[in-house]
Amino acid sequence: MATYQEFIQQNEDRDGVRFSWNLWPSSRLEATRLVVPVSCLFTPLKERPDLPPVQYEPVLCSRANCKAVLNPLCQVDFRAKIWACNFCFQRNPFPPSYAGISEMNQPAELMPQFSTIEYIVQRGPPSPLVFLYVVDTCLEEEDLQALKESLQMSLSLLPPNALVGLITFGRMVQVHELSCEGIAKSYVFRGTKDLSSKQIQEMLGLTKPGTAGPQGRPAAPQEAAASCRFLQPVHRVDMNLTDLLGELQRDPWPVPQGKRPLRSTGVALSVAVGLLEGTFPNTGARVMLFIGGPPTQGPGMVVGDELKTPIRSWHDIQKDNARHLKKATKYYEALANRSAVNGHSIDIYACALDQTGLLEMKCLSNLTGGHIVMGDSFNTSLFKQTFQRVFSKDYNGDFRMAFGGVLEVKTSRELKVCGAIGPCVSLNSKGSCVSETEMGIGGTSQWKVCSLTPSTTLGLYFEVVNQHNAPIPQGGRGAIQFVTQYQHSNTQRRIRVTTIARNWADAQSQIQHIETSFDQEAAAVLMARLGVFRAESEEGPDVLRWLDRQLIRLCQKFGQFNKEDPSSFKLSESLSLYPQFMFHLRRSPFLQVFNNSPDESSYYRHHFVTQDLTQSLIMVQPILYSYSFHGPPEPVLLDSSSILPDRILLMDTFFQLVIYHGETIAQWRKARYQEMPEYENFKQLLQAPLDDAQEILQTRFPMPRYIDTEHGGSQARFLLSKVNPSQTHNNLYAWGQETGAPILTDDVSLQVFMDHLKKLAVSSSA
Amino acid sequence: MSQQGYVAAPPYSQAQPGMGGYQAGFGSGPTQPLYGHYGGPPQTFSTQPTGMMKSPVSSAAGMPPPPVSSQYNPNIQQNGTHPQRYPSSPAAAAAAYGPPPMSQYNSTASPGPPAAQQLSNQMNAMNLSSHGPMQGQALPTSPVTHQPYQMSAPPAIGQPRMPPGPQPSSPQMAPLQSPTANMGGMIRPFSGPPPPGAGGFQQPGLGSGGPGFQQLGPEGAGQGFQQPSLTGGVPGFQQPGLGVAGPPGYPQQPGQFGGHMAGPQPGMPGAFPGGQSAMAGPPQKKLDPESIPSITQIIEEDKVARGGHVYSTNIRGQVPPLVTTDFTVQDQGNASPRFIRCTTYSLPCTADLAKQCQVPMACIIKPLASVPKDETPLYLVNHGETGPIRCNRCKAYMCPYMQFVDGGRRFQCAFCNCVNEVPVFFFQHLDHMGRRVDFYERPELSLGSCEFVATLDYCKNNKPPNPPAYIFMIDVSYTNIKSGLVKLICEELKSLLEKLPREDGAENSVIKVGFVTYNKVLHFYNVKSALAQPQMMVVSDTAEMFVPLLDGFLVNYNESKAVIYNLLDQIPDMFADTSESETVFAPVIQAGVEAFKAAECSGKLFIFQSSMPTAEAPGKLKNRDDKKLVNTEKEKLLFQPQKAVYEQLSKDCVAQGCSVDLFLFPSQYVDLATMADVPSHTGGSVHKYSNFQVETDGEHFLRDLRKEVQKSIGFDAIMRVRTSTGFRATDFFGAIHMNNTTDIEMAALDCDQALTVEFKHDDTLSEETGAFIQCALLYTNISGQRRLRIHNLSLNCSTQLSELYKNCETDSLINFFAKSAYRAILNQPLKNVREILVNQTAHMLACYRKNCASPSAASQLVLPNSMKVFPVYMNSLMKTAPLVGSTELATDDRAYHRLSVMAMGVEDTQLLLYPRLIPLHNMDMNSEALPAPVRCSEESLADQGMFLLENGHAMFLWLGQASSPELIQNVFNVPSLAHLQANVCSLPELDNQLSKKIRSTISDLLEERPNSMKLVIVRQKDKPEILFRQFLVEDKGLHGGASYMDFLCYVYREIRQLLT
Repeated sequence: MATYQEFIQQNEDRDGVRFSWNLWPSSRLEATRLVVPVSCLFTPLKERPDLPPVQYEPVLCSRANCKAVLNPLCQVDFRAKIWACNFCFQRNPFPPSYAGISEMNQPAELMPQFSTIEYIVQRGPPSPLVFLYVVDTCLEEEDLQALKESLQMSLSLLPPNALVGLITFGRMVQVHELSCEGIAKSYVFRGTKDLSSKQIQEMLGLTKPGTAGPQGRPAAPQEAAASCRFLQPVHRVDMNLTDLLGELQRDPWPVPQGKRPLRSTGVALSVAVGLLEGTFPNTGARVMLFIGGPPTQGPGMVVGDELKTPIRSWHDIQKDNARHLKKATKYYEALANRSAVNGHSIDIYACALDQTGLLEMKCLSNLTGGHIVMGDSFNTSLFKQTFQRVFSKDYNGDFRMAFGGVLEVKTSRELKVCGAIGPCVSLNSKGSCVSETEMGIGGTSQWKVCSLTPSTTLGLYFEVVNQHNAPIPQGGRGAIQFVTQYQHSNTQRRIRVTTIARNWADAQSQIQHIETSFDQEAAAVLMARLGVFRAESEEGPDVLRWLDRQLIRLCQKFGQFNKEDPSSFKLSESLSLYPQFMFHLRRSPFLQVFNNSPDESSYYRHHFVTQDLTQSLIMVQPILYSYSFHGPPEPVLLDSSSILPDRILLMDTFFQLVIYHGETIAQWRKARYQEMPEYENFKQLLQAPLDDAQEILQTRFPMPRYIDTEHGGSQARFLLSKVNPSQTHNNLYAWGQETGAPILTDDVSLQVFMDHLKKLAVSSSA
Repeated sequence: MSQQGYVAAPPYSQAQPGMGGYQAGFGSGPTQPLYGHYGGPPQTFSTQPTGMMKSPVSSAAGMPPPPVSSQYNPNIQQNGTHPQRYPSSPAAAAAAYGPPPMSQYNSTASPGPPAAQQLSNQMNAMNLSSHGPMQGQALPTSPVTHQPYQMSAPPAIGQPRMPPGPQPSSPQMAPLQSPTANMGGMIRPFSGPPPPGAGGFQQPGLGSGGPGFQQLGPEGAGQGFQQPSLTGGVPGFQQPGLGVAGPPGYPQQPGQFGGHMAGPQPGMPGAFPGGQSAMAGPPQKKLDPESIPSITQIIEEDKVARGGHVYSTNIRGQVPPLVTTDFTVQDQGNASPRFIRCTTYSLPCTADLAKQCQVPMACIIKPLASVPKDETPLYLVNHGETGPIRCNRCKAYMCPYMQFVDGGRRFQCAFCNCVNEVPVFFFQHLDHMGRRVDFYERPELSLGSCEFVATLDYCKNNKPPNPPAYIFMIDVSYTNIKSGLVKLICEELKSLLEKLPREDGAENSVIKVGFVTYNKVLHFYNVKSALAQPQMMVVSDTAEMFVPLLDGFLVNYNESKAVIYNLLDQIPDMFADTSESETVFAPVIQAGVEAFKAAECSGKLFIFQSSMPTAEAPGKLKNRDDKKLVNTEKEKLLFQPQKAVYEQLSKDCVAQGCSVDLFLFPSQYVDLATMADVPSHTGGSVHKYSNFQVETDGEHFLRDLRKEVQKSIGFDAIMRVRTSTGFRATDFFGAIHMNNTTDIEMAALDCDQALTVEFKHDDTLSEETGAFIQCALLYTNISGQRRLRIHNLSLNCSTQLSELYKNCETDSLINFFAKSAYRAILNQPLKNVREILVNQTAHMLACYRKNCASPSAASQLVLPNSMKVFPVYMNSLMKTAPLVGSTELATDDRAYHRLSVMAMGVEDTQLLLYPRLIPLHNMDMNSEALPAPVRCSEESLADQGMFLLENGHAMFLWLGQASSPELIQNVFNVPSLAHLQANVCSLPELDNQLSKKIRSTISDLLEERPNSMKLVIVRQKDKPEILFRQFLVEDKGLHGGASYMDFLCYVYREIRQLLT
């Protein structure tokens, strides 16, 4: 086997799995001593162009509480046509269709390269995709116009048989009927009244008539028509809907001076959820919510309509001064859960300069796998392109989205699953492989992920349950199977099965091996997810303390040092970057709320727990590239010392893309050297980061905020706040050299952090 | 009808001279002078006899000629009060009389087969012709009406008729002559067996008649109408009485004849003795129906006396002409009777007195009544920002009764006597009379009614109101779609909306319009002018109704015309295949209220509903119709609305100035009492079209709709009635809502709606200063301006009951009684209410008899002149559907009737309780005028006649069995009655005079009345005739209820009991 690096890379490419430990400690006790739990980042729908789905049903273990899928790790008796489940050791006969099986003629699922395999299964009639637009009309004219255009554009991106629906809201909530000819019809709901799903369906005329109408009259075949009235195939109502969107007006109710427009987001969502619940339960559907401000009335209200009362800040929340916070959050959680149960996901596209209540509403997307996009205006390319990218297609021309996913985890008996962190909800499936300990969303071995993209990644946490005194035989392997059932965007039902195995290792004798099997990137992200998960419910400082503690323990466990001698402290290569990740994580907006509005925090956290490892790492520790005449572009340290006058810096924080021109470069640029033919090279230098940025912009979802700034520019703060403050006003003169730019901050630098860490790690009292 | 008048008159007049009554009358009254007026009568009488004699002649001459007029005079005189005219009127009078003759003809004609002939002819002719036929055919069948003429017709007639006896009516003069006695007998008390001797004529009859009716001094406390009471008492009155009469055949006739007999004065003297004795004698007598007071006659008399004149309101306590009379009002300090009418214009000074007479003190106010073109519209006074000048203490508004003192620097309030400073800008010097120099320049100082521009203080939230809005809310459930109603409405609205009411001189109406359709859910429409297509917004949240949009819902019609047209075109199609049969109702109203609330305006909802709201929603109703409750203590439940939701809704409506007009198209019970609850508290009206069919009821409904939409109307009104010290307003009736005891709130008030206000004493009134009433109405007019309308009225006060009785007005009285009785039935068993009505009637009359009438035989029924016909109305009222406990009447109809009366003005109640029955078969084609109406009794009808009956709510064209084919052809374009389609409801347009005239008559009537009426064509003896018959209010009621005659007897008995 090659290096662990390669192994890890290979595993990620093939199975979309990154484990914190690639050798597993063989007992519970040892596992806990490793500090970082056995856990993995799993990307269920990782794009695998090389993986053709097979067109048959998976073969399942016949034991009722196992139902594991036949996989390459199973032992097969080709003669007896029997296979043994590697999870429960049940011996199962092959189904008749496998009669021709032999060692030379193996089905795909038995081949080692198919540790991940996808089945296309026939389950009932194919159900169409449903897209329900929920549009805020309390927008500025310009914004509304831009949004309308985006929406109209999106119609052309939808597959013709997809069903679309439109709900608009302002002071009232309107559900537009799309099937009618002539007069445009809509059903209107009061924005202040919380309605039950049943009421909504009744009011929309979706319930089946309880008693047949009076005799003698033809009982209109309302049922079919009724459910379709609001959700129609795109190809049928294309024109209709385009017109409808075209005629869409701003909310006509006057907004008095000093007031916010009345925005009934809560009811609108409730109607949307109720509508889908009644018409397409358990079918893939996206509710796409477009808002230009906070909900200001009715259930789910985040702030009152008086402009003089500002929307809650972290300060208010800490002081328990946010009046509507709890109620609204509870309301949206209930909605999110209902929606999740039915497999419908909710996207939030919030474009406003002020906050829009994402803090309260985040669970809508978090629990249902929806997107959250935050921008300043609908009339920005950030929104327009991001929205367009929602409908991006893969190499097969299918949407990069899947619906109604159910992820099931099966473990071999030495392991149990503690929980998952990601855009999912628990399905409360208690099985033998469910641990008592909960990490993240636990207590279950099945999670519902209402919407999946190829990058959707869940953090899964496990527990080794094997007792210390019951050693696992040498060479034993633990196995985990991930079974993901979902509705493909081409309406097929599919099941993707990933089965992985890792070796057990005795922590006492093989600690080095275990150490080298440590995937510090994955571990950083997995720990970060745990931290973020905690941050949702705990006070910020507590979370930081917990993280620090974990880091110190890890260093104590794996560092090499002499007691009470910080200078002797050393970490092996496989852990060397880990403290740095933690340093940046501590400073990241995922854990620090200072300088961020509650909405922004929610937004950042949402993406952090959704994205795959690479993106997550970028979020934790932004990437900094340097462009100069001294050589080719190179990644440089995320450190204030990297900020030099003759450099152009490109920083990617995932959410922002900052191009920073050093002082000299900025002056040159101001002097317009780039326009002079003799300074063609300067022009190229200026262009290089732009091109690179463009590349990132092309692929990133959601589209990052693009910032072009220079030394001394106000927007330079984005860069300055991220770099390690190795030089500050406090130590600038002490160093005496002019390298980099001092950062005006009292934050500790990486150096100081590391010093402390070492000190604590070697301290016996810690 | 002149005829009646004619007939009846003589008796009266005779009575005066002849009877006890007469004596009394003369005795008491300054009779002689009056007599002068009456002089007429005597003459007439004299003429009459001659007339009778010569009747053939005169008649031949034709009614128009003078002689005729003379004959009529008597009628006129009866009015007594307006003697002047008589003398002056020769020419005019003649003209005036013109019509009456016609009627006479009719009556006469009726007997005869070919009406036409009779028409043209005169008495003679008539008699002749009539007789011929009469004898042969007509007699048996012919109704009673004609007598008078016949009387003129000599013996011959008489004889023939006699035989037919059973048909009392026909026998006319003839019987009189010989059997006069009989006649007399028939007629009540008097004649009984009397000696024919007296002039051989009716004298006896007359005599008898005389006693029956006393005319008191002309001026005097009204004319006494003494119904000859049998000493024996009532029973005598009844028909059985006939027996007495000589001619056995006659039995029924008597009544009628009695009246006619009147003519002969000569008889009178003689008659008396006989009469009286007779009365005592024969226990059983029958009243002569023609001899008892007749409304038609009174109306005609008033028309003659006061019609066309200018009525100046410069005198305190002046009794205005009857509502049925056309006159011009000149405001000289008191509000026009078009705005306010009182039950009495002379209030009793003390509560005791009031209690003693039991005549209610009330006024009927129609604050926004429309003013005819020839009268000056109300002046608009604008005091700028200070607003109208008011008394500091009682807040009464400046009016002609305020006394300026202290050189004009102060004024004393006429209502509370508080002395107030005159604001500087308003100061003006006084002249030597103590009157302000600018008296005539300031309407508020010189006029009884005027209007102020209201300042912001008088507006809601101190903001000027927005223009009002009309919202059309159409029930699009299965029934309405299927009946074609929805289409009909939509079509009509297109043209109707062009005619929204607007301020005089304004180019366009500022009223906004909005549209809603509904079944179980509501559909609002966005008809913003910017849209290419209307948009529909469905609101299913009926539990908590709201308006889904503001901008675009209420729009200016002219701006959004294209979109609205588009919408109206589409509505019928959109719901064409609906199968929804359930509807909601309360949420519909709620929606309207919310819309107005959102738009911050007031307005009116037009709701077109087909059925009882049974869908699950607030205000859901269930069938609670239970015929078993009729005639029980619980009958009131049928009239009471189901409370809760609707009660609150009314309040909301009123608070927002949202009036509700309800158009109901039920096919079964819809609990109208509840459904109409909101309209009846918000100044709205209810229209009901049972079993609606577009072909037959469409036009009728559209007429109503047009009227309702185009009516001039005020919104968001609040009214206060202030009175001078000593009495105050205590009770209010109308389509109103009251939050406290003084402020009358109305969501809207249109030009036809009236309030009845009852007053009670709380102190003694002074004869000297009189009593003042000020009615102040604050409202938003159709162009959205806030206005204050002030009506002032001064009344006399008196310690004399006779004054009071003299100044009573029957029409107003009955309006009050109707409303109070209709309200009472909500809380009391019907039986009680009826008893109360009769008792109070008896009491009022007994009090008069006891205190005001000159002494006369106890057996006489003496009626105050001003209340002569009160019993007819009262009887009619008691026979109205709400007050008649009959299981045959639909509960909804009764409730509907009850509610429709609550906001009626005097004109409307008068007409409702005494429909107009107009003979059309022998009209004078050359005359513009309509034939005079005849009495509402079967006896007025004639086999070969054609009659138009209308009461403001229903209209019938009655065709006698023997109508001439020619007539039928001319009117219906079919050869005979038999060819007439059963359900025709309009007349074909034919190019002949008769057809034209009838059609124009009908359309004029429809134009004139506040409500549309459905024209029902009824053939005599056809089944539908029964509907028609119930409007003949002098006859016995179909569903119970006494005939006029019986009622009179009953009242008489009651009075007697009270007196003893």
